[in-house]
Amino acid sequence: MSAVSTAQRRKSAPARQASVLYDAPGPIARRRNVVLTVVFSLILLGVAYFVVVNMGEKGQLAPEKWKPFTDPSTWTTFILPGMVNTLSAAGVAAVLALVFGAVFGIARLSDHAWIRLPAGAVVEFFRAVPLLHLMFFAQYGASAVLGITVLSFQAVVFGLVLYNGSVLAEIVRAGIRSVPRGQSEAAFGIGLRKSQVMRMILLPQAVTAMMPAIVSQLVVLLKDTALGTIIAYPELVTSGVRELDANFGNLIPAAIVVAILFIIINMALSYLATWFEKRSRRSRKSSAATLGPALAPPAPGMQEQQMTDRTEK
Amino acid sequence: MDAVIENLPAILDAFWLTIKLTAISAVISLILGIVLVAMRVSPLPVLRAVGTAYVNGVRNSPLTLIMLFSGLGLGTVMSLKFSDDLSVQDFWLAIIALSLYHASFVCEALRSGINTVPMGQAEAARAIGLTFMQNLRLIILPQALRAVIAPLGSILIALTKNTTVAAAIGVGETALLMKNLFELEGDSVIPIFIGFAIGFLILTLPTGLFFGWLAKRLAVVR
Repeated sequence: MSAVSTAQRRKSAPARQASVLYDAPGPIARRRNVVLTVVFSLILLGVAYFVVVNMGEKGQLAPEKWKPFTDPSTWTTFILPGMVNTLSAAGVAAVLALVFGAVFGIARLSDHAWIRLPAGAVVEFFRAVPLLHLMFFAQYGASAVLGITVLSFQAVVFGLVLYNGSVLAEIVRAGIRSVPRGQSEAAFGIGLRKSQVMRMILLPQAVTAMMPAIVSQLVVLLKDTALGTIIAYPELVTSGVRELDANFGNLIPAAIVVAILFIIINMALSYLATWFEKRSRRSRKSSAATLGPALAPPAPGMQEQQMTDRTEK
Repeated sequence: MDAVIENLPAILDAFWLTIKLTAISAVISLILGIVLVAMRVSPLPVLRAVGTAYVNGVRNSPLTLIMLFSGLGLGTVMSLKFSDDLSVQDFWLAIIALSLYHASFVCEALRSGINTVPMGQAEAARAIGLTFMQNLRLIILPQALRAVIAPLGSILIALTKNTTVAAAIGVGETALLMKNLFELEGDSVIPIFIGFAIGFLILTLPTGLFFGWLAKRLAVVR
């Protein structure tokens, strides 16, 4: 039971809204709320007015700055190709990161120390290094050491896979560990082997529990493709903001449009995550506690208990 | 290894910049996050709507885009001026972007913390006649804050690593320096990379351990 959820549940009565944090307003409070609403609205409108006036002074509201967006050729030459590059890098990286995460997440649970410890070291290392360093390393390291040229696409995917794969490995590990012990004990009891227990009992239940956390990590992955602009990968920020600005001098309008595109895609993905969470909570197929979407694994060195913390409070 | 030792002063300078970016942005985003969470649970629908829109918008945009928006949009187009010194100017523009971005995560962490405070606490507070602000300030937020120390630590660690995105607007932090060193000393790419990775491990591991310890120590016993 929680303060905020009650507030949301009672949204059906908007006029006399109450929450744990405040009572249903009486006549005086209602009058005060009206006054405060007017005051804060004026302040917010003032801020908006200030922003708009300043943008107007710098010519960012001029029709010709926004006109490119009504021209289909702007979309076909700049925004859509950038979008395709962003989505293809994110798509390839997501698939590889899921494989990486599954392999290393299971390896970290291995009974053999010679598998468990190196896998743990790899995961913790790549979680601690900033993504941009990994991308620069991919670009320069491969050409310096192996003598091959790395495309910016490959460098972006390399960084995304290692970093997000490591986070996913932690999610997989937490998901498998959230399946109650009785499940694997019963499986061993009926004579299944270790690999069978993992494949037939633990993973199917863990996947249901992990789904929301995985989807929200994929949102992070998609957002991180934007780092590609720093290593000259022609993704959405490069082509939709920088190149558009170079052609039309409309940086702020372009940034707003590209931000809206990212927000739409990511909110759709987040919606998917909450849908998965609701569904897996409803279904009785898995005995594992659902890992909430906001419950990213703790950073390296952090206490473990946070992760298996049940989201249902 | 020689390449790392020779360039140690420059590397330490870059890491010092990372620490400064992290510390200042952490303070600003904590304050902004508390303001946002107060807006999101407030009795006024206007403030709730604005807070929700801000958090959803910022959380779903890439930091790189916000960084470019701050650096080029606010800095160049809107000519927001902090200093005539270009490096100081870019430093503060990077701080704006980092603070705006991470404030939304702080807000969400605190909101989930408010969820852990038992109903009875807020009800008792209302029963003795506390107003919404008093309730939030004296009863709810102190308990919520103590419940989300560990997630806040994770955000701080993410912030430490995200300072590298300031490279997008040319702040001379670790990622740009590493790239320059790669170009200068092409034959020792791996030692340089490992050196920078160790630098980040040194920054993030103690932070993680400290916040883990703090979270346990400050946990509200229920």
